[in-house]
Amino acid sequence: MNRFPTWKYALIGLVIAAAFLYTLPNFFGESPAVQVSSAKSTVKLDFSLLGRVEQALKEANVPYTGTLVDQTGVRVRCADTDMQLRAKDVVDRALNPDANDRSYSVALNLLSASPDWLSAIHALPMYLGLDLRGGVHFLLQVDTAAAITKRVENLAGDLRNQLREKNIRHGGVSREGQTIRIRFREAAVRDQARQYILNNIPDLTLTERDDGQNLLLVATVRPDFQKRVQETALQQNILTLHKRVNELGVAEPVIQQQGVDRILVQLPGVQDTARAKEILGRTATLEVRLVDEEAMRAGSTFGVDVFPERRRDGSVGQVPVKKQVYVTGDQFIGASATFDQDQRPAVAVELDDAAGRTMRQVTRENVKHLMAIILFEKGKGEAISVATIQSEFGSRFQITGAFTPNETRDLSLLIRAGALAAPMEIIEERTVGPSLGRDNISKGFHATLWGFTAIVVFMCIYYVIFGLISSVALAVNLLLLIALLSLLQATLTLPGIAAIALTLGMAIDANVLINERIREELRGGATPQAAIAAGYERAWGTILDSNVTTFIVGLSLLMVPGAVRGFAVVHCLGILTSMFSAVLVSRAIVNLTYGHRRRVQRLAIGNTTWK
Amino acid sequence: MEFFKIRRTIPFMRHALVFNVISLLTFLAAVFFLAHRGLNFSIEFTGGTLIEVGYKESANVDAVRRGLEGAGYKAEAQNFGSSREVLIRMHLEKNQSTADLSQKVMQVLKAQDASAELRRVEFVGPQVGRELVELGLVALLITAVGIVVYLWFRFEWRFGISGIVANLHDVVIILGFFAFFQWEFSLPVLAAVLAVLGYSVNESVVVFDRVRENFRKMRKASTQEVIDSAITGVISRTIITHLCTQMMVTTMLVFGGEALHYFALALTIGILFGIYSSVLVASPLVMWLGAKRDQFVKPGRKGSGRRDEHEGAVV
Repeated sequence: MNRFPTWKYALIGLVIAAAFLYTLPNFFGESPAVQVSSAKSTVKLDFSLLGRVEQALKEANVPYTGTLVDQTGVRVRCADTDMQLRAKDVVDRALNPDANDRSYSVALNLLSASPDWLSAIHALPMYLGLDLRGGVHFLLQVDTAAAITKRVENLAGDLRNQLREKNIRHGGVSREGQTIRIRFREAAVRDQARQYILNNIPDLTLTERDDGQNLLLVATVRPDFQKRVQETALQQNILTLHKRVNELGVAEPVIQQQGVDRILVQLPGVQDTARAKEILGRTATLEVRLVDEEAMRAGSTFGVDVFPERRRDGSVGQVPVKKQVYVTGDQFIGASATFDQDQRPAVAVELDDAAGRTMRQVTRENVKHLMAIILFEKGKGEAISVATIQSEFGSRFQITGAFTPNETRDLSLLIRAGALAAPMEIIEERTVGPSLGRDNISKGFHATLWGFTAIVVFMCIYYVIFGLISSVALAVNLLLLIALLSLLQATLTLPGIAAIALTLGMAIDANVLINERIREELRGGATPQAAIAAGYERAWGTILDSNVTTFIVGLSLLMVPGAVRGFAVVHCLGILTSMFSAVLVSRAIVNLTYGHRRRVQRLAIGNTTWK
Repeated sequence: MEFFKIRRTIPFMRHALVFNVISLLTFLAAVFFLAHRGLNFSIEFTGGTLIEVGYKESANVDAVRRGLEGAGYKAEAQNFGSSREVLIRMHLEKNQSTADLSQKVMQVLKAQDASAELRRVEFVGPQVGRELVELGLVALLITAVGIVVYLWFRFEWRFGISGIVANLHDVVIILGFFAFFQWEFSLPVLAAVLAVLGYSVNESVVVFDRVRENFRKMRKASTQEVIDSAITGVISRTIITHLCTQMMVTTMLVFGGEALHYFALALTIGILFGIYSSVLVASPLVMWLGAKRDQFVKPGRKGSGRRDEHEGAVV
């Protein structure tokens, strides 16, 4: 009765063998590596890149121990961290001759040191969380209301232009909150305008109102338009963050949308967290506007925005600027630091098609007038360039101003990396230094190791052979759990390690239940074989019930983000593996030990005869 | 080797009232401290900034405190783990830019002692903290409902109610300890508290399972006798299992360092009260709620006496 069919033993053996295979990469550890990936969507990766990387390393006489090519890029394995740093510099210089315009991102990374055939079957080491490997984690809240306001402001500008073109005489267009108010003197004109807007700008809904003197048309943006703006703003910000992270050169960054208006950024292994924060946290955006020359002469500030302007002579002036924005930062598609014809530092920029058309029209209509480029950073605007429009121009032009070469380099980087469509605020930050990560791993490892040893020693003394079998089952449980974590590439955190330890401590319960039942059956006078069968059979119901309730708890824990989820993932997986190992694996060993003997006198499960 | 050679059924239920009164008093004390002192929430819940700094030599916490005060920051500093590590806690201030706070603080500290090394920064904005508290409570609620429903389905509603009352009482007592000693209540502690909930339900289920089995086996016995014999039957397993789990938790307490300290502490309290509550609180509740043999034995099969795995609850 205590025999499994051969296929069952084979299946269990197969599962354990597979688990062992997928646990293996964790023992090899990781070696330092340099990762090269594309920093631009236009730069495609191919095998020739590997050749260029290898050639560069050979020319510079930097030894390396291996290379690897996959979809994400080329990775070069190095013997130690000194070689890694040297290799990074060499590769970076060879692939990116122009430091201002990087085509490739070259980053330090760790590569699994396991043999290639293991990587080929997708056996990778466990994916360590930030608290174990060090790095930065940000949660950013996107101010989508600001993005909508900005779009409404643009709409108001368009409306103003279009009404003028169509010769519809209005008494002023202004934005109030997220609505646009248009004033009229005559009802007939208002009707004309109303008809025009309904036909041409479908994103607006209109209501008529009178405020005593004027006839008003109040335009509000439709909810679906708001939603669209919100979504594009978020997508644009994510894109921008991607570009900025590429400039940083981080291996395996995570940039994800979270909820409606949040973005999660994780940069594992970043050493210089201050710089990462500085580059990511920049909320700069550019706007191209016209200077209000009348207000400038009159010195009035009514109806205009006034920004400080840094002049070439070092003084700071104030520039009144018209409210309408012609081009915004997200419409810039390229920028590089350069010098103008007078050998002064300048930034050459390129706009997308739509902005190029706008620019052509604006410059044609305003030749010999002043144009201002405003840089918004941390909520404050600064006119970085105020210049007279000499002639009509389109999508390519130069920004000149009181720049130093360093500033033009920074500015072009900023423009190139894209502006944010909406301001963002860091609402959660976690930075873990690499030394703390190493400490956490070793603490978690030792806690688990000693706890495991203590349980094994106790079980072997208390239940003798059956204790030993339980211990083997527990070890298999640990093996399965680590294999599963490696296979799923679930993030392992310190609470996750605690969950491994706790799961092992709780998993032994199933074996204690079984062993106690067997003893009870023996005491009740059952034969050894019958006692084993009855013990496993009767304990099974209890094991199932108790594990299901624990599993319910584990599932509900998955809802709470952060440390709790890291705990819950491992806990839930551990419950599943423990059911398998405690019941099936231990039974298989017991069956192999006792089930095939013709006669079993007594079971080595500790003393069950009471005097 | 065997620890327990129990020959006679131990009359656990005889003193059920006493145990429940003790339990009720502990529970009330825990509620009192929770209400009176409240939990010492970590910045994950309250929002704020946490900076852990490592030094080469023993750190002078007083100097750190004074330095930060001099630079105009309101901060609490204390040793963390060893004398070479300092933990700085800063609450959310209205007009303080949080984005570069950690950098500024590090500048101050590096100016004092160049060996200061940033080990960890945690900054949590106010909205995130509020959400966490809500999510934590929802998780607790879902867990409780899920457990009651499962126990109802597998056993009987009386078991569901008794189980959850006994185990929520464990949770409140752990929280009471955290309130009384003002230990820091962080996310890992929340995980531990909820894990304890699962763990003590697990414990109750083992007892309930035996109660159900004995109801079917002991046809002439009273409910009290059935429960007594069920507890006697599983008591050695209860103690050995908890001993094993506690060994694991103890190593976490010893080797796990500061980060896992309160996590392991919460588990320790939970394990101790988990045994107590499932044996001496949940079982009497089942008895007083009126669990009876005929709730588990289908009328037509009375004589069979054979345990049927799939019989489950008959409500």
